[in-house]
Amino acid sequence: MLADEGHEVVAVTMKLWGGVQDSGCCSVGDVEDARRVAQQLGIAHHVFNFTDEFEGHVVAPYVAAHAAGRTPNPCIDCNRYLKFDRLMARAEQLGFDALATGHHARICNGRLLRGADRAKDQSYVLYRLTTPQLRRVMFPVGALTKSEVRRRAAALGLRTAAKPDSQETCFITASGGREQFLGARIPLHPGRVVAVDGSPLGAVPAVELVTVGQRRGLGGGAQSRRYALAVDVPGGTVTVGTLDELSCTGVAVEDVTWVAGAAPSGEVSLSVQLSAHGRPLPARWCNGTVEFERPQRRPAPGQAVVLYDGDAVVGGGTAG
Amino acid sequence: MEPWLTGRYGNPSGSHAIAREARQAVDEARDVVAALLGCDPGEVVFTSGGTEADNLAVSGVAGAARRRGAPADVVCSAVEHHAVLHSVEAQGGRVVPVDAGGRVDLGALADAVGPGTALVSVMLANNEVGTLQDLAAVAAVIAERSPGAVLHTDAVQATAWLDLVVHAAPTHLVSIAAHKFGGPQGVGALVVRRGVALEPLLRGGGQERDRRSGTHNVAGIVGMAAALAAVADDRDAAVAAVAARRDRLVAGVRAASDGVTETAAGVPRLPNIAHLRVAGTESEALLVLLDDEGVCASAGSACASGALEPSHVLSAMGVAGDEARSALRLSLGRTTTDEDVDRAITVIAGAVQRLRAPVGAHR
Repeated sequence: MLADEGHEVVAVTMKLWGGVQDSGCCSVGDVEDARRVAQQLGIAHHVFNFTDEFEGHVVAPYVAAHAAGRTPNPCIDCNRYLKFDRLMARAEQLGFDALATGHHARICNGRLLRGADRAKDQSYVLYRLTTPQLRRVMFPVGALTKSEVRRRAAALGLRTAAKPDSQETCFITASGGREQFLGARIPLHPGRVVAVDGSPLGAVPAVELVTVGQRRGLGGGAQSRRYALAVDVPGGTVTVGTLDELSCTGVAVEDVTWVAGAAPSGEVSLSVQLSAHGRPLPARWCNGTVEFERPQRRPAPGQAVVLYDGDAVVGGGTAG
Repeated sequence: MEPWLTGRYGNPSGSHAIAREARQAVDEARDVVAALLGCDPGEVVFTSGGTEADNLAVSGVAGAARRRGAPADVVCSAVEHHAVLHSVEAQGGRVVPVDAGGRVDLGALADAVGPGTALVSVMLANNEVGTLQDLAAVAAVIAERSPGAVLHTDAVQATAWLDLVVHAAPTHLVSIAAHKFGGPQGVGALVVRRGVALEPLLRGGGQERDRRSGTHNVAGIVGMAAALAAVADDRDAAVAAVAARRDRLVAGVRAASDGVTETAAGVPRLPNIAHLRVAGTESEALLVLLDDEGVCASAGSACASGALEPSHVLSAMGVAGDEARSALRLSLGRTTTDEDVDRAITVIAGAVQRLRAPVGAHR
């Protein structure tokens, strides 16, 4: 698409992960696909080895977050530190004017907008981008639906036209899961499941794997659904309660960044999204805190809280 | 090579006229290769390249030792090509350290070699930094510590530049690969001196005296012999000319930019390799800029995905971290001209300057 517009285009695959994986972006098979697609399009293809940076900026924080009972954001960190920092700096060094990625999002007048295909919208994981970066970023497929992207790929005869969508955390295998991955890197501790009043209700095999808001795997019968309200890794305790007890009217947001660089002044109405494909929730932003219009399930500590003005990402941070 | 790919495509193992023709071509090539490697024709085993030759040497000697119930320990240096290193590791062998110049530590080698050792593999010249090993000294250590063990050398990188009749004389097995001296890709040879027991990797029709089954790559073998004869013909003059150009290239790059260190500068090495570390740059970025300007360089070995991997050779020589990531390997050939050297100096200087500029300076 960019070449058709007259841009001089070079393809890059970032090799980020040397370990076992199902499929993501840097298994040998995936790099071969990228190379063949570049060959078919008649453009050069380079592979950059950023495995050290990926380990430091994505994998290590992922592990540390679990060890602290917080929710990690590996995709957001990868975009923040690898694609739109390390790779962007490399591209600039090499004399390229812009970095294009396949994210489903749009950029319009310096604003970061949701992708045209709502079901595939990836603006949530891009909220750390800022206006100066957006000037040098392009999301060519953001204006298309995924099926249109596949149709165009098939029309060009690209061998990836019917390749399955990428899923989940790229460095975690489906067969081993989080437990095996984390278990090889940090000690996992059995934890006690207690009620709000401290009375014991059961046990979990690994307190590090429990997330606030989680319902499965915490024991309890069908008649009284239990949700994790708090995870205390040092204390080895998961506090559970009802959906009512999980709900909250607001959340403090930490480590906030704004696309435009500065926080909006005063109290503003906006919508808030708490997961990659979550529903936008009407809310107000007031001095580092999101106040929901209606009570919501409490976001887990560390979970990304992304603020939107309509379709535009305004900024975001992590739940405190 | 061409006749053997077109009209005269007989299988040398056959018995009819076309087959006999092909057989004769392979036999004549074998005579040429043997003479230039300093061995008997019957000691040459044609392979699909250097990797197969290395694998056959390591696994073949260890396998033969095990078959006769003898200990089968294998030892190699830490700077070997992966074809040797991974073969030795697969046999559970030992890896011996090198010094800062990339030369194998003979004391550590003596400690690693013992009565159970079946094979020691030490390359004649390193493919990344060009360091030459003292194979006579290595052979002396083996003779003292384990007289029954054999010495294999991966001479793939050295063949174009050194007379193997002399330099490989202390060894029992020698690997070569045709594409490193102007021959075609996908063909090589392993010299297996008389008396060395070898278990084949490939079993089948019993070609190569049962040491390597499989129909001969006739065109490749003929091409390899011709290429080997050609490099032997003008070797001394070529070595002197290429070394002079290499030294001028290094001096030019260093004069144009600060912070350029030449790897293995003080040790005996190949004439055609300039290995540099360019402070404040990253190999991956440097290679892209050089490639844009038509300068084909490398930095180390690439993994299956094509990404650059940290060099095990530099790591073994004590070069690590950002310094190892700043490696630039420039190889010269016999056809490299003074103009090529001048252009490379200019292009490298420009690329280094660009990469050292702070991010944001190019906007």
